[in-house]
Amino acid sequence: MIRFLIFRLMATIPVMGVVAMVVFALVRLDRGKAAAQLAGDNATPEIIARINEQLGLDRPVWEQFLVWLGGLLQGDLGRSIQSKIPVLTLIGDRIEPTLSLAATTLVYSVLIAVPMGVVAAWQHGRLLDRIIMILAVIGFSVPVFVLGYALILAFPIWLGDAFPGLFGWLQVQGFRPIRDGLGPFLSTILLPTLALSGIYIALVARITRASMLEALAQDYIRTAHAKGATTRRVLTRHALRNAAVPIVSVIGIGLVLLIGGVVVTETVFNIPGIGRLTVEAILGADYPIIQGVLLVFSAIYVMINLAIDVLYTLLDPRIRY
Amino acid sequence: MRAGAPSFGTMLRHPGVWAGGGMLALLVVMAAAAPLFAAYDPIEIVPRMRLKGPSADHLLGTDASGRDVWARVAYGARVSLFIGVTAAFLALTAGTLIGLVSGYVRVLDGVLMRVMDGVMAIPGILLAIALVSLQGASLLTVIVAIFIPEIPRVARLVRSIVLSIREEPYVEAAIGLGTPTRVILFRHILPNTFPALIVQGTYIAASAILIEALLSFIGAGLSPETPTWGNTIAEGRDVFQRAPWIILAPGAFLAVTVLAINVMGDGLRDTLDPRLAKRVGGVAQQ
Repeated sequence: MIRFLIFRLMATIPVMGVVAMVVFALVRLDRGKAAAQLAGDNATPEIIARINEQLGLDRPVWEQFLVWLGGLLQGDLGRSIQSKIPVLTLIGDRIEPTLSLAATTLVYSVLIAVPMGVVAAWQHGRLLDRIIMILAVIGFSVPVFVLGYALILAFPIWLGDAFPGLFGWLQVQGFRPIRDGLGPFLSTILLPTLALSGIYIALVARITRASMLEALAQDYIRTAHAKGATTRRVLTRHALRNAAVPIVSVIGIGLVLLIGGVVVTETVFNIPGIGRLTVEAILGADYPIIQGVLLVFSAIYVMINLAIDVLYTLLDPRIRY
Repeated sequence: MRAGAPSFGTMLRHPGVWAGGGMLALLVVMAAAAPLFAAYDPIEIVPRMRLKGPSADHLLGTDASGRDVWARVAYGARVSLFIGVTAAFLALTAGTLIGLVSGYVRVLDGVLMRVMDGVMAIPGILLAIALVSLQGASLLTVIVAIFIPEIPRVARLVRSIVLSIREEPYVEAAIGLGTPTRVILFRHILPNTFPALIVQGTYIAASAILIEALLSFIGAGLSPETPTWGNTIAEGRDVFQRAPWIILAPGAFLAVTVLAINVMGDGLRDTLDPRLAKRVGGVAQQ
C-alpha cells in the first residue's frame, strides 16, 4: 500500500509538469496585450517596452519559464497585473463561495442521484426507469445558465410574488457565508445549487443505474433473494456496495466537470467566487490570474484522481496494489 | 468492421436516433434557411422597438436594442451548428491520429499519453476560456479553443481500441505478410474505431455547442453583435426581469439542440457500440 501510494504520487509529477508547460505557453499567446492594456490608449512604444520589461516579458522564453516555475514550486503564482495583489491571495479570498457551492451541490446531488439510479436499475425497463432516464438526458442537455434563469423566474419572481411567505426569503444575488447562519447561507446558495445540480444529478444517476444493473445480474444477488433477504436489503447491502467503485469515481470526476458550470452559475447569481474572478480576469486581460486559476483547478483534478484511486482499495477489497 | 456491425436499418429503427436526428434536421433547415424564416435583420438596431414582448410581428419579442429575437435565434443556429460540427470533426481527426500512433508505436506511447494526461487535467472550459481571451475571439479561435481540450479523450479511446485490435489474428497475419505499417493502421485498424468515434463525435458536438454559448455568455466569445445564442442570452441579463424572453428563447433552442444531439448519440451508442454505455466519455462539460 505504501509503495502504491509513493508510486501513485510520483505519477502525478509528469502530469503536473505538462500542465505547467501548457499554462505557461498560454502566456505566449498574449503578445503584449497585457502591456498595451496597462499602458492605456495613449501609450507610446517606449512605455509598452518598459512595462514588458517590468513584467519580464523581454527575456528569453526558457528563462521566463524557469523563473516562473521556480516561483510556482515555492507557492508563488505571480501577481495580478491590474491590482498587483498576489494571485494566490486573490484565489484564497474568493474560494469560499466556490467551495460552498461545490459542497452543497455535491451533497444535494448525491442524495438525489444515487437513489434515482438504484430505483431505475431495480425497475429496469419499466415506466419509472424510463422516466428517470428521460429526466437524466434532459438534465445533461439544459445549460446551467438557462436552468439558473428559469429558476430565478419561477421561484423568487413568479412564486415569490404569489406566495411571499413561502418563497420570499430566496435571494437571487450574492453570497452569505455559512458563519452568518444557516438561514442566510441557504437563502443565497439554494437556487445556485439547484441550477448547478442538474447535470451532476444526471451524470451520477446514469452511472449508478448502469453499475447497479451489472451488479444485479450477478449470482450472489439471486442467492441473497433465495435466502430471503428483503428487496431493500438486496439493493442496498448486496448490489449497491458492489456497484460503488464506478459511482464514487464518477462523483469525483463529476466535481471537475462542474467547474464550467461554477463559472456560469456565479455569473448568473452574482456570487463573488473563483468563477467571477476568472471572468473579471478575462475582461481585464489579467493573465497571471487566469494561469493561477488553471493551475489550481488542474491540481485539484489530479488530487481528486489520486483520492479516487486510493478509495478504490478501501471500497473494494479485491483491488490490491 | 467487427462481425455483426449493425446496418443503417437497425440504426434508424432506434427511436432515439430518428427522434434526435429528425429534430436536428429541422434545426439544420432552420439555420440554413434563416433569411426565409426571419423577416427582420438580426443585427440592425431599431431603438423605438426596444424590449417589446412576443407578438404576431415579433414572435419571440425584441431585445434591448430593438432587434428581433427570433431572427437572432435563427441566425444563431448557424453559428452553433457550424461550431458543433467543425469542433467535433477536428477533435476526432486529431485525437484519432494521436491515438493510432500512441497505440501502435510503443516508443511514442509514453510521451504522448503523458501529454494527453496533462491536457486532460486542465478543465476544458477554463482552457478554452484562457485560449480565447488571450488570443482574441474569432470563429477560428473559438473553434480551436473548443476542440483542443476534447482531443485527449478521443486519443485515449482510439488508443484503447488499437491496443485490443492489434492482438487480433488478422492483424498479426498482416504483419507476418510484411504489410506496411501505414496500411495496417489505416486499412485494418482504423475502420474498427469508426463506431466508437461516431458516438463520441455526437457528444463532442453537443459539448462544443454548449461551450460556445458559455463563452459568449461570459463575454469571452464572438463579438457581441454577432447573433449567437450565448450573446443573445448575455444581452438579456440586465433586463431579465422585464424581458425574460430574450434569455428564455435562445436558451430553449440551445437546450433542445443539445438534447436532440444527446438523444441521437445515446441511440447510436446503443446500436453501434453497446460496450460504450459504461464509459463516461459522453458528458458535455457545461
